[in-house]
Amino acid sequence: MKHLLSINDLSKSEAIAILDTAQELARVSDGPMKKLPTLRGRTIVNLFAEDSTRTRISFEAAAKRLSADVINFSAKGSSISKGESLKDTAQTLQAMGADAVIIRHGASGAAQRLADSKWMSGAVINAGDGTHEHPSQALLDAFTIRKHLAKSGEDLTGIKVVIVGDVLHSRVARSNVLLLAKLGADVTLVAPPTLLPVGIESWPCKISYDFDSAIIGADAVMMLRIQQERMSEMFFPNAREYSRYFGLNSDRVKVLKPTTLVMHPGPMNRGLEITADAADGARSVIVEQVSNGVSVRMAILYMLLAGAPEGELVGITREVGAL
Amino acid sequence: MSATNSKFLLTGLTLPDGTASDLQIANGVITAIGKTLAKNSDDQVVDLKGSVVLPGLVDLHTHLREPGKEDAETVLSGSMAAAKGGYVAISAMANTSPVADTAGVVEQVYALGQSAGFVDVFPIGAVTQGLAGEALSEIGAMADSNARVRVFSDDGNCVHDPLVMRRALEYVKKFGGVIAQHAQEPALTKGAQMNEGDISSRLGLKGWPAVAEEAIIARDVLLVDHVQSRLHICHLTTAGGVEIIRWAKARGINVTAEVTPHHLLLTDDYANSYDPIFKVNPPLRTQRDVEALREGLADGTIDIVATDHAPHPAEAKECEWQEAAFGMLGLESALSIVNQTMVQTGLLTWEGVADRMSLAPARIGGYENHGGRIEVGAPAHLTVINPTQSYRVDRDLVASRSRNTPFHGMELSGVVQATFFRGIPTYLAGQLTSIHSNGSYSKSQGGTSL
Repeated sequence: MKHLLSINDLSKSEAIAILDTAQELARVSDGPMKKLPTLRGRTIVNLFAEDSTRTRISFEAAAKRLSADVINFSAKGSSISKGESLKDTAQTLQAMGADAVIIRHGASGAAQRLADSKWMSGAVINAGDGTHEHPSQALLDAFTIRKHLAKSGEDLTGIKVVIVGDVLHSRVARSNVLLLAKLGADVTLVAPPTLLPVGIESWPCKISYDFDSAIIGADAVMMLRIQQERMSEMFFPNAREYSRYFGLNSDRVKVLKPTTLVMHPGPMNRGLEITADAADGARSVIVEQVSNGVSVRMAILYMLLAGAPEGELVGITREVGAL
Repeated sequence: MSATNSKFLLTGLTLPDGTASDLQIANGVITAIGKTLAKNSDDQVVDLKGSVVLPGLVDLHTHLREPGKEDAETVLSGSMAAAKGGYVAISAMANTSPVADTAGVVEQVYALGQSAGFVDVFPIGAVTQGLAGEALSEIGAMADSNARVRVFSDDGNCVHDPLVMRRALEYVKKFGGVIAQHAQEPALTKGAQMNEGDISSRLGLKGWPAVAEEAIIARDVLLVDHVQSRLHICHLTTAGGVEIIRWAKARGINVTAEVTPHHLLLTDDYANSYDPIFKVNPPLRTQRDVEALREGLADGTIDIVATDHAPHPAEAKECEWQEAAFGMLGLESALSIVNQTMVQTGLLTWEGVADRMSLAPARIGGYENHGGRIEVGAPAHLTVINPTQSYRVDRDLVASRSRNTPFHGMELSGVVQATFFRGIPTYLAGQLTSIHSNGSYSKSQGGTSL
C-alpha cells in the first residue's frame, strides 16, 4: 500500500492491522512521553486546500508524535488562493522533498489525481476529497466502535451501525459504509430520499427513510453534519422538519440501548442534526472520536511511511514497550 | 507527386456495396469506376489494395475554437485533423469568442476554411445571441451571408426556454434550416460532472441524469411536430433518448439525431480514474446505453455519426475532474471507432457507414456538393480506409493542436489511408496537403499516428 486514497485501497487484514497498530500507539499518547522516533527526518506536508480544523490538527499531532517534520500548507494566504493549479502545487512540494502529502480538497478525486499523476512521488493520504471519501475518519470511527463493542484483533461482525443524515454530500458516509461493511458490520443509512444518491442500491448497506424504526437495536448511531447551504437547495422543507424526522434528540436516545454509542464526525450543528443532551449524554463518544483520531492517523502514517503493513506490528510493539 | 496534376488512378479498392473496383479521378471529378481500369499516361497510380472507399466523410458537429481559442485549435489545424480522419466537410460550432451569432463571424470562419483548403468548413450559426438562450441571433442574415448557414445551434448550451425554441424552429422554415439542439435541461444538471448512477454515487461526483437529456428531446419532438419544422438532436447518449426518437419517427415527426464515436465506445466506468480526459458533455453513459446507441444507429433511428470534436489545451485537463473542461478530440479517430463498434460487430455495412457519415449528414446540413454516391461525374470527395489494419492511438501524433484524446494508448482497428477533397489527396501516405499547395505536398504539421 503506497497511498491511502479510498477504503478500497485497504484489504480487510490491512484495515484490522491499522486498528491494532493504532491501539498500540494509543498507549504512547496516554503515556508521559508522547513521542516516538519512527519518522525522524521525514517530511510530511499537510496540504489543506479546504478549511479544516480537527483533521489538520489531528494529522499534524500524529506526524509530530512520530517525530516527522510537518509543513502546513493551507488554502488561505497560499499560492492556491492565487489560482495555482494542483499540478504546480504538487510539483512544488515534490521539489521540496515531501515524503508524504496529506491532502484535503474540495474536489472529489483530487487525492487520486495527485497519486496517479507524475507530478510528485511521495505517498498521498486522502484527508477528505469533495463528496468522495474520508478514509482516516472511517478508520477512527471503526476504531472507536471496536474499542467499545469488540475485541482488538477482531473485526466488527454483527455490530449494527446506523448512519443518519446527508449521505449524498458526505465523504464520511462513503468511507464508513465501505469500511464497516468490509469489517462485517451491519450498516443502515437513514436519510430523506433527497439526500441519498441515485445509484446507492449498489452500496453494501441497507437504506431506510425512517429513523425511528432503524434505530431499534442499533449498537452505534452516527450522525452526519447538515450543511447550512443545503437549506436553500430544497433537499427538505426546512430545518425544523429535518430535525423532527432525522435529528437525534432525547426521545430517540431513550430508545437506544445503554451501550449504544452516539457518534458524530464534527463539526456539529447542535439543535439541527443532534440536540445538546444527545451530544453530551452518557452514550456520546464524540470527544473520544477526536482523541482516537490521532492514534489512528499515527498508525496510517506509520504503515505508509515506516515499512510493511503487518510484519512491522511487532516492531511498533517493541518500540512502545521500550518506553 | 503533384497536387495540381490532379489525375489519379486508385487501384485495389472495394466499393461500399462490396464490389472490387478501381477508381479514376481527373480535375476533381470521378471519371471512371470499374475493375482493372487502364492507366492514362498522366495518371498517378495509388495502390490501395485491401481498402474500402467511401464517399468523403461529412461531420455535422465540430468545434474549431477560432476565433477566440486559437491555443486549442484553429480552422487550419482542425481542418488538417479532419482530413487526416477522412473528412471532406466539417461544421464549425458557434460557441467561439465572439460567438458566431452574426453574419460577420460566420463569413470569417467560412473564409478561413476555404483558405485552409483541406475540407469545406460550414459554419453553424448560434440560435440565440451570445448563446444566452434569450433573444434570437441574426439567423436570417447568417443564412443569406456568403457562408449560407442552414444549421443553427447553441451547442454547449441548451435552448431551454420552450418559447425561444418554438420561435427558432418556426423562423428557420423560411429557408429550410434546421435547429440542432443540445438537449440538456439546465436545472437538472447544475454543476453536474458525470452520468448519474452507481459510479457517480460512489465517486462523489455530481450526477447528470439521463432524464435531463430525455426531457428536452421529448419536449422538442412535440414542438417541432406542432410547428412543422425541422429538428436535429445533437449527441444522443441515452437508451431512453433513442426510444423517444424512435417513437417520434414512427409518428412521422421531422427529427434527425446524431451519436458521437466516444459514446459508441466508452462508458462511465472510465470516470473511476478521475482522469478528466474522460469528462465530456453530455457524459459517458452505461454499457446499456452504448448498446442502445449502436442499435439505434444500425436501424436508422439515429441518422448520423458526428464527432463533437472538442479540443482543449493541456491545462484544461491536467487538473481535478470538477475543474476540468468538458470535451474530447474526435475527428482523427471517428472512422476507426465506427469500424470497430459498428462494422466489425456486424451492425452496419459499409453502405450503412457511407450513409451515416457522409450522405445523411450532408443532407441534414444542406451541404449540396457533399454526400453524393460514388459515381462517374460526381465530385471526387473520397475517403479510403483499410478496415483490418490497426494502430495504437498516440496523443503526441495528432494533427489537432490539442491532445485531449481519450483513446490515447488504445488499439483501434481501421486506418484511414487517403482522403480526396475535390479530387486532391488532402491526406495520403501519412502526408497532409492543402488543395492550395502549389505543385508539392506541404510538410505534414501534425505527424501521423501510423
